[in-house]
Amino acid sequence: MTRPISRETLIKWAPLLVLIALVIFFTVLNPTFFSARNFARIASASAPALMVAVGVTFIIIMGSIDLSMEGVISLTAVLFSFAFIKLGGTLLGTAWLALPLILIIGGLIGFLNGLVHVKLRVPSFMASLAMGFVGTGAAILITGGDIVRVSDPAFRGLLTVRWLGFPLMVYVAAVFLIVAWFIQEHTRLGRNFYAVGGGEELAHASGLDVSRVRIAGFALAGVFYAIAAVLVVARIGQAESVTGSNFMFVSITSVVVGGVALWGGIGGVWNALIGVLIVGVINNGMVVIGLPDFLQDGVLGLLVILAVVLSTDRKLVSFVK
Amino acid sequence: MYELKSLDKKFPGVHALKAIDFHIKRGEIVGLVGENGAGKSTLMKVIYGAYQPDGGQILINGDAVRFANPRQAMEKGIGMVFQEQSLIPNLTVMENIFLGYEQQFVRLGVINWKEMAKAAKAQLAKVKLDIDPSTVTSKLSFAQRQLVELAKVLTLEERVDGDLVILLDEPTSVLSKDEVELLFKLVRELVTRASFIFVSHRMDEVMELSDRIYVMKDGQVVDVVERGGGGADAESIQHKMVGRNVDKQYYREQLQKPYDPSRVLVEMSGIDLPGRTKDISLRLHAGEVLCLVGTEGSGREAILRAIYGMLSPTGGRLKIKGREVRTYSPRQSVGLGVGYVPRERKIEGIVAGMNVYENMTLSQLKKHSTASVLQVRKERALAREWIRKLSIKAHSELADCGNLSGGNQQKVVLAKWRSAGADIMLLDHPTRGLDIGAKEDVYEMIRAMSDAGVGIVLVADTLEEAIGLSHTIVVVKDGRIQKRFDCVPGAKPSLYDLLHYMI
Repeated sequence: MTRPISRETLIKWAPLLVLIALVIFFTVLNPTFFSARNFARIASASAPALMVAVGVTFIIIMGSIDLSMEGVISLTAVLFSFAFIKLGGTLLGTAWLALPLILIIGGLIGFLNGLVHVKLRVPSFMASLAMGFVGTGAAILITGGDIVRVSDPAFRGLLTVRWLGFPLMVYVAAVFLIVAWFIQEHTRLGRNFYAVGGGEELAHASGLDVSRVRIAGFALAGVFYAIAAVLVVARIGQAESVTGSNFMFVSITSVVVGGVALWGGIGGVWNALIGVLIVGVINNGMVVIGLPDFLQDGVLGLLVILAVVLSTDRKLVSFVK
Repeated sequence: MYELKSLDKKFPGVHALKAIDFHIKRGEIVGLVGENGAGKSTLMKVIYGAYQPDGGQILINGDAVRFANPRQAMEKGIGMVFQEQSLIPNLTVMENIFLGYEQQFVRLGVINWKEMAKAAKAQLAKVKLDIDPSTVTSKLSFAQRQLVELAKVLTLEERVDGDLVILLDEPTSVLSKDEVELLFKLVRELVTRASFIFVSHRMDEVMELSDRIYVMKDGQVVDVVERGGGGADAESIQHKMVGRNVDKQYYREQLQKPYDPSRVLVEMSGIDLPGRTKDISLRLHAGEVLCLVGTEGSGREAILRAIYGMLSPTGGRLKIKGREVRTYSPRQSVGLGVGYVPRERKIEGIVAGMNVYENMTLSQLKKHSTASVLQVRKERALAREWIRKLSIKAHSELADCGNLSGGNQQKVVLAKWRSAGADIMLLDHPTRGLDIGAKEDVYEMIRAMSDAGVGIVLVADTLEEAIGLSHTIVVVKDGRIQKRFDCVPGAKPSLYDLLHYMI
């Protein structure tokens, strides 16, 4: 029996179809695109972005927005590097303590972000954007504009040690993706995100502490930004005040391309994953097919618009604000 | 002049309209009744062009037409007055009336506001509304907005050659008695300009206004009743709609049992609320249905919201189950076993987009989780149990609540609180916007809750409902309690008794 595919099913799978279409597109233009080596490259480039996207997904599900990621990543990357060096400079020693420490700091920054948003009643857009600048500023202040290098081989193993062709950091990101999925599907906090995004007044009227949920959401996002920062440092071996730049565009774009609704309540971490891969594939594909450097940004922008058009359901909203 | 021939509409899994035949003549008022889910709204949407039929024909003066969108339908003279008002609140009245059709007032790219105001004034005169067309719409009363909406639709008269068909979707649901009468008078006068299709839950109104009534059930027209013809009485129409009689036991009075006066659940003494509500003292006992009666704005809702912790009193004392409440928040009230069924189901009742079980357990996630990890299997089992208990029509506990009918949404809201073990229920217009069948289900649930020892504070949709359901009626007027009635079955106060203290 042939049954026409329903609209809902199509919408649900559209981002994945777009991803597959992109892979086919770039493979046709250059067959070397479709190789384990290249996929490993895409995966390791996408791993930090995925963590950022997952973090911001929680916020967007709540119907808010978080634009602090660039500053938070820069600051946590710099702090992590300093702490790592101060604590001995090798993962085999006490320097591993820098890892939990930085996750806590990330969470605290996010918590502060949430406090400003909720308690001072500043719109999340504004509060987080400002907090991002504060983060970048703090990173400059701490480094004095210098670059902090982390060259511990054990730590860089996240990038250099490969398992089945993929660097370890890809698996780390995968593990945290699953953690995020678990939070989303199986915890009260995750359910509360959807409730707040789907109807804040209702969540309040159901006896939920909406403020607490919001602050917790921002804190959780901060933790994921910190994870991203650690992965970035592992990938490039250094931290500076511009380590976080570009993550805002990449992460927000990924989340939207992946099909998370900006007005809240719809989507989840799997959408973020697909979105990050779409953006990652576009970025990588342009290099592989040999597109000149100076065209890449422009083309990325155009392809992202195309991907949003193809992969998101805009019929639900009469006005796209 | 307007006709539907064996019209069909299917959605995935649902045959929403089955071979509908329908016609309306020039200057006629046609009523459309049916329970929620009978297909009324789908039919309306097909008529005004929001849905396209899958089979059958739409004929205007004998010519087959097909509308791709509501705008095309409007160009053929079919206008819709929405139940959820469709005016943009931050625009002025005239801007709303001519929204999308400003071109006629544009000279050299600039809108001539004076001319638009004059034209708007002329439109408003058609509905006998004497307001300044440059008033911002949000400043108008609900009834006024409804008339503006009607005036907006009547602009089609100048724009379209043929005849007008105007759909009125539940136009009276938010109007007071006098306003309804004014509206009806107006509609009767306007039949010289247009034909009307009138959809309402209130049978008496449909009976009063319509020349002909189409009765729908399960996506079919089960009967067409002509005015003055056989079967043109409310009871037989209702019978056809629901397939059962609405008799004197409507409010389940025979099931009313005395409450337990020894167990006081809520005690308010001398509560003052922000605004003009002052010195409220009342007691709610286990198994009691206490009805707050008063006009809109009399303070009934404020009292309800205070018990729920959404409004903090400025004076007096509130005790819930013997414990004095000092800080007010819904969170705390929920913890004390208070459940709240709001009037605005869509805003405070259910989260559309979340499924049935997620909605049901929203207020009690703590109970369904260990160390904050949810036990989804238990949640789903609970939801299945309540879907069965309350015979909620949903394909499963995974159904999106936004897609359920109003009655079923209300059942989900009730199940949410009952399953959480709430034993103080605050019901704000629990039957608003529901059809008779769903209303009866709600009455049944209220009785069952009361039997189970739940204390219920009710703000009813109608006085009859209040009298029928309650053990105690408290009449509120201008923020003060005027009178308390005991409502023993057989010796209930009359409408007149209540009105005397209300107005």
